[in-house]
Amino acid sequence: MTTREIIARRAAKYFHSGDVVNLGIGIPSLCTEFSEPGVLFQTENGYLGTGAEAHGLEKTESYCNASAVEFVPVKGGSAFSHTMSFGMIRGGRVDATVLGALQVAENGDLANWASPGRAFGMGGAMDLAIGAKKVILAMEMCTKDGKPKIVKECTFPLTGLKCVDYIVTEYGVIEVTDQGLLLTEIAPGHTPEEIQSMIEPELHVSEDLIPMYEV
Amino acid sequence: MKSKVTDYSEIIKCFKDGQTIAIGGQANHGSPNKLIECLLDSGARHLTIISIDSGDLDVSIGRLVHAGVVDKMITTHIGKNPETVGLFEAGKIEIELNPMGSLVERMRCGGVGLGGVLTKTGLGTVVQERRQVITVDGEDYLLEPALRADIALTRGRFVDPIGNVVYHGTGCNSNPVFAMAADLSIVEADFIVDLGEISDDDIVTPAPFVDMILKQEVRFK
Repeated sequence: MTTREIIARRAAKYFHSGDVVNLGIGIPSLCTEFSEPGVLFQTENGYLGTGAEAHGLEKTESYCNASAVEFVPVKGGSAFSHTMSFGMIRGGRVDATVLGALQVAENGDLANWASPGRAFGMGGAMDLAIGAKKVILAMEMCTKDGKPKIVKECTFPLTGLKCVDYIVTEYGVIEVTDQGLLLTEIAPGHTPEEIQSMIEPELHVSEDLIPMYEV
Repeated sequence: MKSKVTDYSEIIKCFKDGQTIAIGGQANHGSPNKLIECLLDSGARHLTIISIDSGDLDVSIGRLVHAGVVDKMITTHIGKNPETVGLFEAGKIEIELNPMGSLVERMRCGGVGLGGVLTKTGLGTVVQERRQVITVDGEDYLLEPALRADIALTRGRFVDPIGNVVYHGTGCNSNPVFAMAADLSIVEADFIVDLGEISDDDIVTPAPFVDMILKQEVRFK
């Protein structure tokens, strides 16, 4: 299993049969492979109940997700407009969203749509960040050149203020709490000190710290 | 009752330089590609386009960008079209980025006679820099003002001659809300059906929100 799959597999454990879940692009999109049956996936271009990627006769322009991938609708699926779709998101009917991140701050501020000089659109990310009941980040701990993504304050353009609940990485799971960042799960072979060295804010370690894979 | 089915030749006369055109669809799906071709054929330039994205390179809405007829886009995301990104970085196209949920609500307001809408989306972000903050019962919101186009180009699955429209699957997307928010609403139909053929319970866009329906004809070039 790749690092990205390990992260997605853990993030997918946050949702259960009957939950309404919206997945971002990148690592979050891999969560479908690991989630329990019965989760209803929402795509912001107007469908609840997206299924497997469509092939052959099942592939049609009429069923595609926000990344232009055609899918097979599941039984009980519903089609609707953007207005209804974002009403569902802002209206608190989406149980969880899994998003990628460029930076996340100690207080849960999220930056995931733009870096300095590269701002090509927030799409639906800002609505999801403030609207979904649970905001889960599925991301690698550091940038490709080893810089921290978990920072004291975001310097990149923000997606939403104090909106993140959980940060799932290849090293462990961190909860955003009123008291700061709390390490609740750790991947085998790693230490809290090692994780502290990869993030800017102070890391609190849960008294009930458990191995990441046993959840 | 008069049929709203209109010839290509009449529709291309509607487009003028400098107009604001709302175009339905997302990620080149559910997009009114025949009407986009009409707009290109009209020769109208210096357009402002309201849309969810800017299509792909020379595909769908991207064809308008490729043809150089777009001065400004009011949109949510341009990253899938490298040509739009290049023009934006070179300062040759103006881009106003909106959160997707806010853009569609601005259009809904424009279509249904409301002045704007209050949303928490965008609070504390760059979006707030151009918006008024309104406090209601102690909660802060951004005021997203109504938005409207001169012409809306949308696509429906089944359309009857007076302009009742039903959509199919994710082809619905921004089409019904954009169809409401323009002085002239033109629809492209996958299928034009007879009056009464669509169940009245299924109609999403009722006839008053549609002014013209592109006539289905085989055009030989």
